Amino acid sequence: MGNTARNFEVAGPAPVSESAESQSVWDRIASSKEFQDLMATKKVFIVPAFIFFVVYYFALPVLVGYAPQFMATKVIGQVNLAYLFALSQFFVAWLIAGLYVKAANDFDRLAKDILDKNGKGGK
Amino acid sequence: MNISLVMFLVFIAITLGITYWASRRSAGSAAYFAASRQIKGWQNGIAVAGDYMSAASFLGIAGIIAFQGYDGFLFSVGWLVAYLTVLLVIAEPLRNAGKYTMADVLAYRLKPRPVRAMASLSTLTVSTFYMIAQMVGAGALVKLLLGSMVTYNQAVIAVGILMIVYVVFGGMLATTWVQIVKAILLMAGTILLSFLVMAHFHFSFGEFFGAISQVTYHDAKGQQVVKDFLQPGLRYKPPYGPLDLISLGMALIFGTAGLPHILVRFYTVPDAKTARHSVVWAMVLIGSFYIMTTFLGFGAATIVGPDFIKGHGGTNMSAPLLAQALAGNIFFAFISAIAFATILAVVAGLTISATTSFSHDFWTNVIHNGVERRPGEEVLVARISAFVVGAVAIAIAIVLGPTANVAFLVALAFAVAASANLPVIVLSIFWRRFNTAGAVTGLGVGLLASIGLILVSPSLMAIDPPTVVGTARHLIQAKAWFPLENPGILSIPLGFIGAFIGTLISHEPTSQHKFNELLVRSNTGLGAEKATVH
Repeated sequence: MGNTARNFEVAGPAPVSESAESQSVWDRIASSKEFQDLMATKKVFIVPAFIFFVVYYFALPVLVGYAPQFMATKVIGQVNLAYLFALSQFFVAWLIAGLYVKAANDFDRLAKDILDKNGKGGK
Repeated sequence: MNISLVMFLVFIAITLGITYWASRRSAGSAAYFAASRQIKGWQNGIAVAGDYMSAASFLGIAGIIAFQGYDGFLFSVGWLVAYLTVLLVIAEPLRNAGKYTMADVLAYRLKPRPVRAMASLSTLTVSTFYMIAQMVGAGALVKLLLGSMVTYNQAVIAVGILMIVYVVFGGMLATTWVQIVKAILLMAGTILLSFLVMAHFHFSFGEFFGAISQVTYHDAKGQQVVKDFLQPGLRYKPPYGPLDLISLGMALIFGTAGLPHILVRFYTVPDAKTARHSVVWAMVLIGSFYIMTTFLGFGAATIVGPDFIKGHGGTNMSAPLLAQALAGNIFFAFISAIAFATILAVVAGLTISATTSFSHDFWTNVIHNGVERRPGEEVLVARISAFVVGAVAIAIAIVLGPTANVAFLVALAFAVAASANLPVIVLSIFWRRFNTAGAVTGLGVGLLASIGLILVSPSLMAIDPPTVVGTARHLIQAKAWFPLENPGILSIPLGFIGAFIGTLISHEPTSQHKFNELLVRSNTGLGAEKATVH
């Protein structure tokens, strides 16, 4: 159990940053190249993934609601398009989650560089 | 002695054992509110699933599919896909930048007192509404499952007392483990039930879907009809059905990521990476469960039949009656006990999120300016408020009674979460210009729009025939002004617009100066709260 508790201190900016000095530390990190890279890398994955899943998901109620006859088309035996499309949503959601976890390894690596540079986990 | 009762008592004994064990590890705020942030990723994933899959999903969805076929399955889809919003947008920034509640994230760059006060109000609204729906459901359910052995009031009191005991003595640690035990039981029961349904159809999907395509029952007029239950449109009919379906989807997709009892779970793990893994674990469990509602719901429609279910307790009894039809009374008792466990785990999660918000946001930070006057005060206040919340929930559930029309409260909870909580969390993380006035107006408009629209929706506004009496009657006896049961399609944009307008009409340089701090914290985990050692 003990290994989950990290003993190193956060040597970076103080948690409560009222002074202009500590605020400028956050500004410095925010404008650093490493941080800009991290944000860009995140955006490249998260924005398209979010848009894709929202469009794919809302296609279901829209099609089922406004084209019920089309969605009732039987595809395999008695199984219709509506059911298959609904079922596909589960697998698409899992797929996106899996891809995100993979992409997030890069986020973690970039974030770790920033943490290392700014005092956390040094030595 | 009734087998169901024995199984209920076994579950209660196990959970009280967990609570006793947890009570000795719950000293201090981080231990009490966040289980010392030492819950492992897979454990938290199972607990999120246990926190989320309420009796509405287990009994409710099985019932809706059993009576209205395919349209019921659409609920199942939304309830899983919603976790992508949690995964991609909310879980990690929240864990990185917060401490115990969602308001912690807002308070970094905005003025803490007004923001926390509003966020706390919204949290308490979502949690208590959701809880009342669960309590009334629990009372009615336990009464049905145990028959004449207990009354509705006794059942409500028992559920209320148990949830108070878990939360007051065991805090987040006990709540987490009650949720884990419940999620495992629920998955086991659902897998077993699905297996038996397929065995009934000789493990032939052709035979199973063949039976679904011709379900025979008597409609409202007493006419015998045969319907293809895979066909869309049995529940959501024109003219407003399709819009209601989209509105429901919006409330689920954007509301789940704003449900306080789900959000607090991400503070129980050591870091953002573990929070991410716990969402994935939860998605595997939740997705598998909701795919299996195919077997539960359509199984009940084909094997038991809507006519029989209607005569034996109604839609909510679909899953237990299916168990009885397939494997007799012992399995009925097992599935009933799981339903009971489900309710207890969810109400415990709701109670701890409500009390955390009251104690940490309102008491410590709004009233006392962020200072704990005595060590342990925050936890003490939380324990007292858990007691009060439980007592109030018991009282309201008893006043409303078993026939009360409460299903809309779940829709309301999701609508408030999606229209009030989500916009301000997202804007505070992503929009530099966002400020305190925007957060307060966003929360206020989202909350009022959701409540107002539900109040004039068909859920609360309709003309009942004189045969409907008491609390089962609609609150306002007139034609509904707003035609949809789910307000999301209008209230979510209103919440965002409220937040935008509030932001633009006021000027707050500090919130913009501090945006970089929140941006760096939420994206890197720099300075995030650590796990603590016992």
